Amino acid sequence: MPLDGSNTEVTFTLDGHDVTAQPGESIWQVAQRQGTDIPHLCYAPEPGYAADGNCRACMVEIEGERTLAASCIRRPTEGMVVNTATERAESSRRMVFELLAADQPPRDHAHDAGSKFWQWADRLGIDDSRFPARLTPEPDLSHPAMAVNLDACINCTLCVRACRDVQVNDVIGMAHRGADAKIVFDFDDPMGDSTCVACGECVQACPTGALLPSTVAAPEGRIQPDRQVDSLCPYCGVGCQLTYNIKDDKLLFVDGRDGPSNHNRLCVKGRFGFDYIHHPDRLTKPLVRKEGLAKDPTVQLDPARPLDYFREATWDEALDLAAAGLKKVIDERGGNALAGFGSAKGSNEEAYLFQKLVRTGFHTNNVDHCTRLCHASSVAALMETVNSGAVSAPFYDCEKSDVIVVIGANPTVNHPVAATFFKNAVKNGATLIVMDPRGQALSRHATHMLQFKGGSDVALLNAMMHVIIEEGLANENYIEGYTEGFDDLKKHVKDFPPEKMAGICGIDAETIRIVARKYATAQNSIIFWGMGISQHVHGTDNSRCLISLALMTGHVGRPGTGLHPLRGQNNVQGASDVGLIPMFYPDYLAVGSEDVHAKFEDFWNTELDPAPGLTVVEIMGAIHAGEIRAMYIMGENPAMSDPDAGHARKALASLDHLVVQDLFLTETAALADVILPASAFPEKDGTFTNTNRQVQLGRKALPLPGDAKQDLWIIQEIARRIGLDWNYGGPDEVFAELAQCMPSKDGITWERLVNESSVTYPVGKDGVSQEIIFREGFPTGNGRGRFVPADVLPPDEVPDDDYPLILTTGRVLEHWHTGSMTRRAEVLDRIEPEATANLSPRELGKRGLKPGEPIRVETRRGAIELKARADRDVPEGMVFIPFCYVEAAANLLTNPALDPFGKIPEFKFCAARISAAETVAAE
Amino acid sequence: MADGNTDILKFRGPGRGGKGASAPKGRQVDPDAAVEIAALLGDMPRRRDLLIEALHLIQDAYRCLARAHLVALAAEFRLAMAEVYETATFYHHFDVLGDDDAPPPEITLRVCDSIGCELAGAKDLFKDLNDRYGDTVRVLTAPCMGACDRAPAVAVGQNQILNADADRVADAITNRKTSPSLPGHIDYDTYLLEGGYKTLRDCLSGRLTVETVVSHLEQAELRGLGGAGFPTGRKWKIVSGFPGPRLMAVNADEGEPGTFKDRYFLETDPHRFLEGVLIGMWAVEAEECFIYLRDEYPAARQILLAAIAKLEKTDLLKPGTLHLRRGAGAYICGEESAMLESIEGKRGLPRHRPPFAAEVGLFGRPTLINNVETLFWVRDVLEKGPDWFASHGRNGRKGIRTFSVSGRVKEPGVKIAEAGITLRELIDEYCGGMADGHTLKGYLPGGASGGILPASKDNLPLDFGTLEEHGCLIGSAAVVVLSEQDSAADAALNLMKFFEDESCGQCTPCRAGCEKAVKMMSAPDWDRPLLEELSRTMTDASICGLGQAAPNGLLSVFRHFPQDVK
Repeated sequence: MPLDGSNTEVTFTLDGHDVTAQPGESIWQVAQRQGTDIPHLCYAPEPGYAADGNCRACMVEIEGERTLAASCIRRPTEGMVVNTATERAESSRRMVFELLAADQPPRDHAHDAGSKFWQWADRLGIDDSRFPARLTPEPDLSHPAMAVNLDACINCTLCVRACRDVQVNDVIGMAHRGADAKIVFDFDDPMGDSTCVACGECVQACPTGALLPSTVAAPEGRIQPDRQVDSLCPYCGVGCQLTYNIKDDKLLFVDGRDGPSNHNRLCVKGRFGFDYIHHPDRLTKPLVRKEGLAKDPTVQLDPARPLDYFREATWDEALDLAAAGLKKVIDERGGNALAGFGSAKGSNEEAYLFQKLVRTGFHTNNVDHCTRLCHASSVAALMETVNSGAVSAPFYDCEKSDVIVVIGANPTVNHPVAATFFKNAVKNGATLIVMDPRGQALSRHATHMLQFKGGSDVALLNAMMHVIIEEGLANENYIEGYTEGFDDLKKHVKDFPPEKMAGICGIDAETIRIVARKYATAQNSIIFWGMGISQHVHGTDNSRCLISLALMTGHVGRPGTGLHPLRGQNNVQGASDVGLIPMFYPDYLAVGSEDVHAKFEDFWNTELDPAPGLTVVEIMGAIHAGEIRAMYIMGENPAMSDPDAGHARKALASLDHLVVQDLFLTETAALADVILPASAFPEKDGTFTNTNRQVQLGRKALPLPGDAKQDLWIIQEIARRIGLDWNYGGPDEVFAELAQCMPSKDGITWERLVNESSVTYPVGKDGVSQEIIFREGFPTGNGRGRFVPADVLPPDEVPDDDYPLILTTGRVLEHWHTGSMTRRAEVLDRIEPEATANLSPRELGKRGLKPGEPIRVETRRGAIELKARADRDVPEGMVFIPFCYVEAAANLLTNPALDPFGKIPEFKFCAARISAAETVAAE
Repeated sequence: MADGNTDILKFRGPGRGGKGASAPKGRQVDPDAAVEIAALLGDMPRRRDLLIEALHLIQDAYRCLARAHLVALAAEFRLAMAEVYETATFYHHFDVLGDDDAPPPEITLRVCDSIGCELAGAKDLFKDLNDRYGDTVRVLTAPCMGACDRAPAVAVGQNQILNADADRVADAITNRKTSPSLPGHIDYDTYLLEGGYKTLRDCLSGRLTVETVVSHLEQAELRGLGGAGFPTGRKWKIVSGFPGPRLMAVNADEGEPGTFKDRYFLETDPHRFLEGVLIGMWAVEAEECFIYLRDEYPAARQILLAAIAKLEKTDLLKPGTLHLRRGAGAYICGEESAMLESIEGKRGLPRHRPPFAAEVGLFGRPTLINNVETLFWVRDVLEKGPDWFASHGRNGRKGIRTFSVSGRVKEPGVKIAEAGITLRELIDEYCGGMADGHTLKGYLPGGASGGILPASKDNLPLDFGTLEEHGCLIGSAAVVVLSEQDSAADAALNLMKFFEDESCGQCTPCRAGCEKAVKMMSAPDWDRPLLEELSRTMTDASICGLGQAAPNGLLSVFRHFPQDVK
């Protein structure tokens, strides 16, 4: 947007030629377009960086003006005469470089001799300075990920803008003034002691090498990669595009790429969490359990010493053994005595083949993956009400929203790059409403922070709906045109006035009213939610309420509006889309439907089990019941991720046959009979679908270590050994097949993805992607979205005298899921090396416990000991534990009670008690 | 229900096994500090633009800004720590402590080291005071405090000792005289008796229209007397032309070394100034007005606070619409766009123009910005008619100019004289001649920024636009007179050091340029070609007037006093 609000083109003279500037274009941009390179340091043409005009390296002469002008920030006006190459302008630009060079380390000792600064200095012929130097600041090497050498800093503030305008983490500042002005972290603290979340945006922005990734900072100058591969981040559902920088077949560092969902941004995991693939624990040979070694779920196998418990085998032997064990159970007990867990970390092609293997090879629908543990209830509610499980708008549509609701989500931790877009929107004037029992980094940016009582979501949301209806703020036209069931809902929420709900949810009635009004009356409102909504026994009800809110206000189907359950894993959307779930075939075609059944029997040319399969937690129960005897688990770690993990581990240990395909000897693999060493993300090609419905291409960047194999190959080899005649040549062929049975992929081909890297579905007949769906109604039978009223139900296990606290679980920024990858990434491990239980300082004080000391946290299912962390974001009466730490696995404590619709367990709420630890925490 | 749940599984993590933190990342809010800050802030709105006011509250209460307090303040204001820290460290009147620093002593002495006071022996005085009291009180140098006519000046806390010597400073220290003494001034009742606020009432009642007011100001040729000289009437008209809501800001951050006229007007006749403010607000329909007063003028602050409180009790001023904001020791905030940033609670970095403040000013709104003296004359121009103001003037120039004269003259002080007066006339007619034993060597016509003219140019008419061809500017009409006993080179170094201290640091030519220039000018030999080359880039490529004018003194030495440099 032009600063001056003008939206007309202007014509002006640039170096003697008449040129036209588009609205908002700077002189620098026009010159660049015309092929004139003007030096620049503080200006970065990358998206999100406003021109600042401070370095004065881009000065040009404008006729009639007393002084020179910074071309990066100056917009041309009609008739202006600009000269970029006058002696006056050029000498000023050279002088600026010479002034800056005076304070740089000498050229041959530069931290980054290839930096933008030295590249431009070279072009201007500056390699030295006639000016005296200032005092040299000391290096700050306190952060595990980044080296800070302010002797190379030119005060250009790109890092400040990176931290503040782009990522909005607000850690970096420019303190003091004049020649004493300096870049600081918080209160001029060492970077490693600051609130820095290590997104690394500053490192990517720095034009001098003052900020460098530690992996390339070296006394002799920056280490250079020998090749680059464009790919994706393997972690969360945001789906950031990135470039792997590789030296000697090792990942050296990672840069963000201008993908639709990240615009060069990354978070600490994506930028610095890549070296797990090179970890010595990496499995590189097929392993077979040693004869006579019992599976004891209470004893940990050392992942660094797999050969204590397993022996190496050839691929042929391992695959034969793996397949034979599965085949035996198929033959003896039938397909329903088997189950498969695929992975939302794998590609669409892997997920598709895996579910096809289970369905057509095992002849059962017992196939599921971790979607069951994250958004199953959201999907259940969405399918029931609007018959579509995906988001209605990409998260970056929030830039068009007036009101942004974030409920039951902590995106700065779990979707950090998506969170940057929310914060950008707030900076541009949007109202942010955060609703969560815990405070979070977004709270500071929120206009309203509703820290409601855990588990009282429905009470709060029904009260909001009550207000909207009572105050006549519902969108009658929309309700009339596009929905059904409103009258029942209206009747239902009449009983939920905010005054009555205030006591239940802990938010005063007036605040509920204000927030309801703002949501309803805004031009465009959007709702984002996460596991705080879904991981409850009333998770489906929670989602139903959010959907009803959007339907009754008509805040869906338009830019800046909609429903967006933030997807967790990088491919949880895709894995679900391609049918890695027990009740749906690809494209959410119901297993129970006769037509669908016939369609897939025909498509796959085989008999299929007509009954929907069991879900993740149900499968554990079925193992205990003796119904399921063998499993094939690819890339999942239920021994850590399932609720009541002690129970789950016992189940896995009791299987007749367990095949695990993974990168490491995970807690699940420890209970396997055969372990198949698989491919890590940067070692394979494949497509991945992010939270925004963008199918994106991950490209192979590195060779496989040792004898590790492509997952796709492993699945196919297992399939062949149980009698399937598969002969896929590669992921492109698998993609072609899945696209054939999935109309949602119409318009997307492997070739298109190779060319474009990212395509959003659905693609219209015109070839254009539809980022916003539900523009005119819903893909239901009658085109209408359905209101489904929800009652206030208590959590399954509420605190009592014995267990007086609420235990809630989740993630920390640095660690992903069960930690098998991130805890083996050096930077991430160094930032968060140890399990912690977060409690409010008051709660700790009340119980005579001290932060930093080991405490014992106990529920009816188990006990763990871990370090207490004082965290003001956690309300009194609650303990928060991340579930990534095997040494204090939170899921040994969690309650496996399920939501009746989504079959998702209640990870977010159970009763617990704490005390000082009885033993010293494991060293 | 699991059995044996009292056994803890002895698993270990796959990482290296370091120690986890006992709190989230970074500094955490200390509960005691949080209580103290909340109590201190009271019902002050937690708005970003009030950050500097909040910092003053803490500094005043604790004599320093302890980190624990700043963390708590950031939390109260929902700001990032870096945002608070960078603002606090930008301004020299805030003492941001390190984690292990003790608070500063109860009393801080600030010895002015700007040109006027340096001529009057401030360097020796500083050394003397530092030797005597350095252990018990804090002795700092400080830039111009607007007392150049009574140099040297020393501030003991907020009490300015004029014509200071060690004994008088000692007396203030011993007797804890740290509050400003209020000069006598024309109060509200007296001002009313003299016909005060009648012009404002004429405006409010419609007897005077905006068009008339603007046209009178234009005819009178009243110009911006902060130094830029922009025609006042035209500015009012331009601001009114942009769609509202509009705001007004008054630049009372008189920091140009050698300038003390605004202080004089504020401390003697505050209501005449305020009447100008209210007429300005009325003329451009400003919803609110912010007076940005430098922190070096605590007496003026008390006078203004009382005067505004008085006005709020009348029907002339809607309560809560005229705000007095306190600077915090930063010359650059006298640059109008830096002042806007500071009023918004940020570091005082000048903005890029265009857009100009008249269109995009305070909080992004069209903003009328005027200087104190400009507004001071508004009532008189309107009351006495446009011809009255323009009828003054000499040597072909029109209007009244207020000169702040200091240095080697017999009677320094505020001299309200005619535009176009020459230095010779000013000294002879208004200043009682040169000080005894001093012969005119040269003069600074416009404070630190306006360059230095030699004695041979004592016959130039002093006004906007008359000195540029000699490499100089009238600016705020701060005339500092040098004698043959003074070195022009030393004066230029003093000025460059001032700019080095006061540069905001935003742009390279000024930040690095001032710093390098001071280093080079402190050397025994000056590298004239390189200094000239550097000066050209500073003038051509600095963002604001500070950096553009910073080399003026240096260049004047090369041009007019080459004999003074090696």
